[in-house]
This record gives sequence, C-alpha cells and structure tokens, in this order.
Amino acid sequence: MSQVAVKPLVELEDISIAFGGIKAVDRASIDLYPGEVVGLLGHNGAGKSTLIKILSGAYRRDAGEIRIDGQPATINNPRDAKAYGIETIYQTLAVADNVDAAANLFLGRELTTAIGTLDDVAMEAKAREVMGRLNPNFRRFKEPVKALSGGQRQSVAIARAILFNARILIMDEPTAALGPQETQQVADLIKQLKSEGIGIFLISHDIHDVFDLADRVCVMKNGQVVGTAKTSDVTKDEVLGMIIMGKCPPGAIPGPGAMRV
Amino acid sequence: MAEQNATANSAHSLTIEGNPVRKFLTATEIDTRLLGMVGALLLIWIGFHFLSGGLFITPRNLWNLSVQTASVAVMATGMVLVIVTRNIDLSVGAVLGTLAMLMGVMQAEILPPILGFGHPAIWVLTLAFGLFVGLLIGLLQGTIIAYLRVPAFIVTLGGFLIWRGTAWWITSGRTVAPLDSTFQLMGGGPMGSIGATASWIVAAFACAGVIIYLAYARRQRRRFSFPQRPMWAEGVLAAIGCGVTLAAVAVFNAYPWPVRIAANYAQAQGMEVPEGGLFISHGIAVPVLMAVMVGLIMTFIAMRTRFGRYVFAIGGNPEAAELAGINTRWVTVKVYMLMGALCAIAASISSARLNAATNAMGTLDELYVIAAAVIGGTSLSGGVGTVVGAMIGALVMQSLQSGMVLMGLDSPLQSIVVGIVLVFAVWLDTLYRNRAN
Ligand SMILES: Nc1ncnc2c1ncn2[C@@H]1O[C@H](COP(=O)(O)OP(=O)(O)O)[C@@H](O)[C@H]1O
Ligand SMILES: [Mg+2]
Repeated sequence: MSQVAVKPLVELEDISIAFGGIKAVDRASIDLYPGEVVGLLGHNGAGKSTLIKILSGAYRRDAGEIRIDGQPATINNPRDAKAYGIETIYQTLAVADNVDAAANLFLGRELTTAIGTLDDVAMEAKAREVMGRLNPNFRRFKEPVKALSGGQRQSVAIARAILFNARILIMDEPTAALGPQETQQVADLIKQLKSEGIGIFLISHDIHDVFDLADRVCVMKNGQVVGTAKTSDVTKDEVLGMIIMGKCPPGAIPGPGAMRV
Repeated sequence: MAEQNATANSAHSLTIEGNPVRKFLTATEIDTRLLGMVGALLLIWIGFHFLSGGLFITPRNLWNLSVQTASVAVMATGMVLVIVTRNIDLSVGAVLGTLAMLMGVMQAEILPPILGFGHPAIWVLTLAFGLFVGLLIGLLQGTIIAYLRVPAFIVTLGGFLIWRGTAWWITSGRTVAPLDSTFQLMGGGPMGSIGATASWIVAAFACAGVIIYLAYARRQRRRFSFPQRPMWAEGVLAAIGCGVTLAAVAVFNAYPWPVRIAANYAQAQGMEVPEGGLFISHGIAVPVLMAVMVGLIMTFIAMRTRFGRYVFAIGGNPEAAELAGINTRWVTVKVYMLMGALCAIAASISSARLNAATNAMGTLDELYVIAAAVIGGTSLSGGVGTVVGAMIGALVMQSLQSGMVLMGLDSPLQSIVVGIVLVFAVWLDTLYRNRAN
C-alpha cells in the first residue's frame, strides 16, 4: 500500500474513557485512510466497541483528540458524527423493533414532502432500492423489524449505514448473526465500498473474519492498543499472539498495551 | 381509517389467499385488533341495551355518551404518546383541575372587568391562556423527566398532588361559576350543538375527506408502482368510513331538544309551535366535534410527522433512537407539552359542561385516561399504540359507566366492574399479542 502520501481520513489520538474507575479505553491511538479497511481486533471486553463508540458520538471521551481530514473534530453526539460522514453499524444493531425497515433506514433523517410531512412512499421506494442491492430476497418492507430474522435485521442496519454516502464506515462485528452466505455478501460489500474510497473500521473478536479483508490490523487488549500492523507484514499466528498475550511481533508498530520484554 | 392505512401490512397484498374473512382483511388492510375492539364495543352496547330494557341504543343516550366521552378521549390521545415513549402521566386529572380553575377565574373574574361582561373575545383569550399554562406545566414536568432523569412515575405522582393542591389554592376552594356564555358552548347541551343542517354539512366534508384520502394514498403508491389494494377493497373502506360518519350524524340529529327549551326558543324567535311539539335536532355536540378534530390532528402528528416517528422509535428502542441522532430528551419534553395542551382542551370541555370550575374537577381522570389508552391497545412496555384505539378505549370505558348508571347499579359496584374489565381487557390483549408474535 502506498498510502503514505495520502492524508489520513480519521486520526484518533490518545483516547481514554473510564466507566466508574474501569479504564475501558486507555490512551488508544489509531488512524484510517481513504479506501482502507482497518481491522480492529481483540478479545471480548478489550474495549473495541467503546473506542469506536467514541468516534461515532455514542460516548464522550475523557481525554484524547479526534481529527478528521487532519482537522480537530468536535463529536459530542451521534448527530455530530453523522455530520462528518461517519456511519456506524453497532454490535447491538440498534434498530427500533416496532417500526418497519424503511422507517429504520431513515431514522433521524426522514424524507419529507413539500409540506413537511413524512414521505413514506418515497422512503419505501429508496429502501426497496438499497435493500434490493444488499439482500435481493428481502420482501418484508411493511412489517415491524421485530418480525425479521437476524440476518434480515443485519441487512437493515447495514443498509442504513450505506444509505447516506458515508465516508467513514464503522462495522462492529457485522457478521456475528449471519450465516456463511450472508457473511460472504457482507465481505463483497466491504470490498465494493472500499473501492469507492470509503474508509472502514471492521471490528471483530475473531481474526478469521477480518484478516483477508483488512489492509491493516490494530489489536486491543484491556483497553490499550497492543500494536498496529499491515496485514502483509504479519502472519495470522503473530496477530493471534498479539490478541492473546499482547506480544507485539517485529512487523508491527507497538502501542501502549504491548507486552514489555 | 387513516391509522391502519399507514401501519398495515401491504407487502401481503400481493399474495391474497386463505378463507374469505382472511382475504377480506388482507385486501382492506383493516387492523384486526381495532376490529376486535369495535366488536367488543358493540357487544357492550347491545348487552346494556337488553339489560336496561331498551334504554341504551337510543339517540338520547348515544348523544350523551358522545359528550361524556369527549374530555377523557381528548386526553387519551396524548396519553398514547406518553406511554408509547415508555413514560406515564399520573397528573393529567389534577392538571385538568388546575387549568379548569385558572380558566374559570380568567373568564369569570379577570377578563369581564377589562373587556366587559360577555365580550366575544373572552372565550378565545381564556382558552389560549389555558393552552399556554398547559404547555408550561408539560414543559416543567417533561424537563424534569427528560433532563434531570427523575422517573416519570415519580414526577407525575408529585404533579398529581401539586396540581390538585394548586387547583384548590387558586380560589381557596371556592367554585367559580357561571362561566362565559360562549365558552359554555364547548360543554355541549342544546346550544352547544351545531344542529341538523350543519351536522350534515360536516358529514359531507368528512365523507369527501375519506374518499380524497383513499384516492391520494392510492395515487402515491402508484407513483412508485407499489402493490395496491384491489379496487373493491378501496370501495369497502370508503363505504365503511362514510357509512359510520353518516350513521353517527343521523343518530345525533335524531335527538331533539327538550320540549321546554324548544318551546322557549320558539317563543323567543316568534315561531309557531306545530302540532305535537317542535322537533329541533341537537346534531353533533361541540365537544364531540372538538374531540374528533383533536383525534384527527393527533393521528396526523403520530403517523405523518417526524416527531411522531421519533416518539415510536424511542418507544421501540431508546438507545437506537439516540444512536440514530434523535434528540430523545427534547422529544420527551415535547410529548409532555402536548399532553399539557390536551389537558387544557379537556379542562375547557369539562368545566363548560358543568358551567363551573371546581377544585375537584378531573378527579380520577388520570386513571380513566390511562385505562382508555391501555384498553385501546397501547402497550405499557412502550412502542405500540394508536390514537384511534385510545379514543375507542375511552368510549368503551364511558359506555360501561353509562350502561351501569342506566341499570341503576351503585357506584361502588360500578368501580368494581370497571376495574375487572380493565384487567380482563389487558389480559386478552396480552394473549392476542403473544399469538401475533
Ligand atoms: N456503558 C458502559 N458502562 C460500564 N462499563 C462499560 C460500558 N461499556 C463498556 N464497558 C466496559 O468496558 C470494557 C470494554 O467493553 P467493550 O468496548 O464492549 O469491549 P469489546 O467491544 O472489545 O468486546 C468492558 O470491561 C465493559 O464491561
Ligand atoms: Mg464489542
């Protein structure tokens, strides 16, 4: 990858947040370039979701800086993040079960008619278009999302994130609820979005989900970054060593969480 | 009707199958739950009709029923939104009391010396003042709930005590009467009804509205070539909508003014009283017209505006709504403000009907309003509810009470029956929902 000349899309620097004394994220730094997929790896509880929730505006950091296109960014809530083109697929999916797919896709950004009322037909039309691309078998546009299968709900959450021309996409364990075929669809989608120049944070606790898709991996352990490496410079076993033991291999740039030897 | 059209399931209209009943329901997209409630209402009516010896289904009783339901129905439309957002409002009855008292003092003691007794602007200024204070009370309670994170149950329980106390304190318990003569029209009665001709005109507009709405919805779906209802189903919906409207107006028009009042009126107008007395129709009562308007507006707010969409999304998953960028706290505050404004409208209806403002006004109303919303299908766990449902729920509650009064049941027994029905209705609803899942 010859991305050295390109400006980073996102830089998170020395981000920290604590919940009641527990340092969920501790001085974590990570960056992302346009058209790049960065795999964020680590055990359950390592702080991955918490770190990206700071970027997506769900949590407010205690310390650290976020820069977008090199400029310091003010992200205090999800609206701020969306204004920067940051879209997130949360691990918990975060859909409103009681309303239909179209309502979820446009939640917070509804299409309205000339007199300011909801334009449900227009939203349904757009929903059919986007969902058709993502999950051609999807038919249940008028049912509450509650009635959908795990995979279908996942496609609703993904569709919502790509609907609004995201520049930065955060996917927190996006394939957790999916079967092999749907997982492959998501992988294809990631490649397509990457080719469109979108930067993607792909989060997983399972190295096999991300290693082949990611340009770089960043491993977290106990809230700290163990190290960051290009996938071409490290082996899967070495990354596994980072995840399990916090041991940083020679091909990786060590972070604050790297095991001291 | 608007309600189901917007929520019902049209994905299935492609594949119409099964027995004729199912076919009919799928094609018309009528909500089965709502249908069940209307069925229950009719059963109650028929049951009381026989038990009371033919007194229930009469123009007189149905007209009275409509007027008695208006105040609770108005508040129930707001309670739906409160409960949908996973909150509760125990203060509505007390807020009604305070607002009725404030409006009473305003129109009977403050404005007449300034504007002159019986000035035509008194009722508007009074109502505007009531709405304003209602919004303020909602703003206060909503802010404490949403921003200070005090549970709604506690805030409105406190409000229940505070506003009831305030209602007393405004005049130290003194009843304010009589009210402004124009304001009184909001309470119904022979003068507070619009008469036969105007009622038919309203019905004509309503029927035209139903047909225009159906045609508009159909055109919208054609614009994007979505599946549409079969034409006969549209016809059935139009027939039901218009039929119910016309039948209701026919009933209201069949209820004449009392003989004495009609005679006085005839004398004042210098009219001849014909053989067999004068038949002057009540027509639709003003409070009923107000309640129907409120129902339409609230349905519109719930189904067609962003605010309404957010209310339901918050109820379905507050975290998801927040993450989607919705300002959930401000939406909550607005829901309570709306509730406060509706309390002002209900307070006008209640006090105008009594032609007085008393500090006990609205006592127990919070329970009837919550019961109406819940019987009407609003789920206490949030996210689910309809305005029409809550209004029908209010009608069910009032029907039970009126029916028992007609049967001459003692009021303690009435309470017992209403309590049992409430629990039973919610149990039935739980069964229905479990089966639907
Ligand atoms: N809202 C919260 N309140 C308290 N503790 C939290 C909260 N969110 C996360 N944590 C804690 O922070 C740590 C990191 O969690 P998380 O970011 O979800 O890990 P991961 O996504 O890597 O599995 C865990 O110990 C978790 O219990
Ligand atoms: Mg996680």
